Amino acid sequence: MTSVADIAAPGAGAGRTGARARRWLRLRAAPVLAVVLGIVALWYAACVPMNVKETLTFAERAGAEVTPASPSERRAMGRWALVAANPGHLGGSFALDRPRLPAPHQVVAELWTTTVETAPTSKRSLVWHGWVTLSATLLGFGIGTALGVLLAVGIVHDRAMDMSVLPWAIASQTIPILAIAPMIIVVLNSIGLQGLIPKALISAYLSFFPVVVSMVAGLRSPAASQMDLMQTYSATPAQVFWTLRLPASVPYLFAALKVGIAAALIGAIVGELPTGASEGLGARLLAGSYYGQTVQIWSALFAAAILAAAMVGTIGALERATLRRMGFAR
Amino acid sequence: MTAALGRIGPLLAAQIAAVAVALALAPRAALVLAVWFAAWQANIRLSESALARGRAGRSLVAAVFGVTVLILWEMTVRLFGVPPVILPPPTEIAVTLAANGTLLWGDFVQTVVKGALTGYVIGCAAAVGMAVAVDRSPFLQRGLLPVGSFMAALPIIGTAPILVMWFGFGWQSKAAVVVLMVFFPMLVNAVAGLKSADRMQRDLMETYAASYWQSLVKLRLPAAMPLIFNGLKIASTLALIGAIVAEFFGSPTRGLGFRISTSVGQLQLGMVWAGITVAALAGSAFYFAVAWAERRVTFWHPSQRP
Repeated sequence: MTSVADIAAPGAGAGRTGARARRWLRLRAAPVLAVVLGIVALWYAACVPMNVKETLTFAERAGAEVTPASPSERRAMGRWALVAANPGHLGGSFALDRPRLPAPHQVVAELWTTTVETAPTSKRSLVWHGWVTLSATLLGFGIGTALGVLLAVGIVHDRAMDMSVLPWAIASQTIPILAIAPMIIVVLNSIGLQGLIPKALISAYLSFFPVVVSMVAGLRSPAASQMDLMQTYSATPAQVFWTLRLPASVPYLFAALKVGIAAALIGAIVGELPTGASEGLGARLLAGSYYGQTVQIWSALFAAAILAAAMVGTIGALERATLRRMGFAR
Repeated sequence: MTAALGRIGPLLAAQIAAVAVALALAPRAALVLAVWFAAWQANIRLSESALARGRAGRSLVAAVFGVTVLILWEMTVRLFGVPPVILPPPTEIAVTLAANGTLLWGDFVQTVVKGALTGYVIGCAAAVGMAVAVDRSPFLQRGLLPVGSFMAALPIIGTAPILVMWFGFGWQSKAAVVVLMVFFPMLVNAVAGLKSADRMQRDLMETYAASYWQSLVKLRLPAAMPLIFNGLKIASTLALIGAIVAEFFGSPTRGLGFRISTSVGQLQLGMVWAGITVAALAGSAFYFAVAWAERRVTFWHPSQRP
């Protein structure tokens, strides 16, 4: 219990903020930082055995004495044995051109050159590829969410629809719908639709079902007593919907949106694989795997991860702001 | 009840009017519409009858809807002559499925049993093991939970080309993708689950002078089961997705993902749909097997009480 004098004392507020910041640092930031640093350290450590064969070949070409000297003997040896036999020649592990596992700084450098140092209009720019994927993701996510909310409203208000459609919507969550992606792309391609729309349809399809299932739960979340109160006000179904059901469903909607946008991004990326598309993050992944450009694969992967994190983070921020304004207790 | 009956009236009228208009403009469309509306009306009647209160009645309504969709699909494809390279009718898919039983069984074994199931077991076991390992360190738990949830939201499926490069085209690379995909959702659920035994229960174990392992095995792990099973159910779907999509990046000449992507290339849509059907059945069976185990293990939890 803080007394009034404490709060009013000069600098008291700053001290309280300072304590909160320190608490946040100790309980939140420090553990996360430690785990992330641990992962990065593991990653660097893994680079040595993963890349040892390539590193030794490279060192040999540069004139170093490698044991054993013949490449065929080295190929037969285990990675750890090679590391143990050549402790002095492993410096190249983190700077190979086509490593099996690129070091974190190589990926960051590739990300930097392909985003900041390349014009966004260039075909080599990850910003351009990211935008191609992002536009399909957002369009599909918009379509899927809108249709999902509409179907949920129908299900909540129509008993026949509830009993016919909802079990199938729930069952569809258990099947790998992503398997359908190549077919959608190729079939739409054969009727002349290509580029943005087919990918967006896959994204829409993937984000649709989580939204339906979650919105039905949300629209049904008002307690019986609240519904009874509306009844005593002799509210029409439309009034019940707009003033009770819809506001009550908002937390459920945001939970579904976070799942949906992550699924939509995966849909767009996988949608870029089957036709050998030349643009988009999925195309970068595929091209990288064809030509053994591991650094390119990893940078596309990180670009996708950054996109996903940014979108989920944006929805999370919107969620917090909206729920606070609507007065939901956190 | 009267409100519901009053609603049916105009709906039925509108449906009859729509069929009549369609009959004049496009008779084939009228046939499709008539079947659709008839099934719709049947389901409205069914869902409002006393039958629909039972479990069987509820499944019946859903089944009527499912069968209607199949009939409408078949009718539309046949009546309007949709080319089979765009959408084959369900009967053709069933025929393809029956005619290629051994081939698809091989694909099922390759993708589901070898790829998905192996990866699922390894990934889930590793995640639960890790959750138990960090259990004694609240510091690591606080670090792992946000990082795990963050990783769970990322498109981990994108690691497929890297893992195919590392582990080759065989099922091992698919299992590796699955391990990565299921690990983080499972970890988050297991870590949260191990925290779910409440203060009172832990204090009770303390008063019994239970050792760490006794309290883990007898209290905390059982208490964690509802969340662990939540993770297992999420992971069951992810495992199949991972195993199938990883095959798009390279596979031996069998596997569901391989079958789907090559048959698409050859425009054999019947085979594609047969592959999708097998994947869907495998996914549902997998999920319901986990859900069945959940009911047996967490029978004490409020959500499982009838």
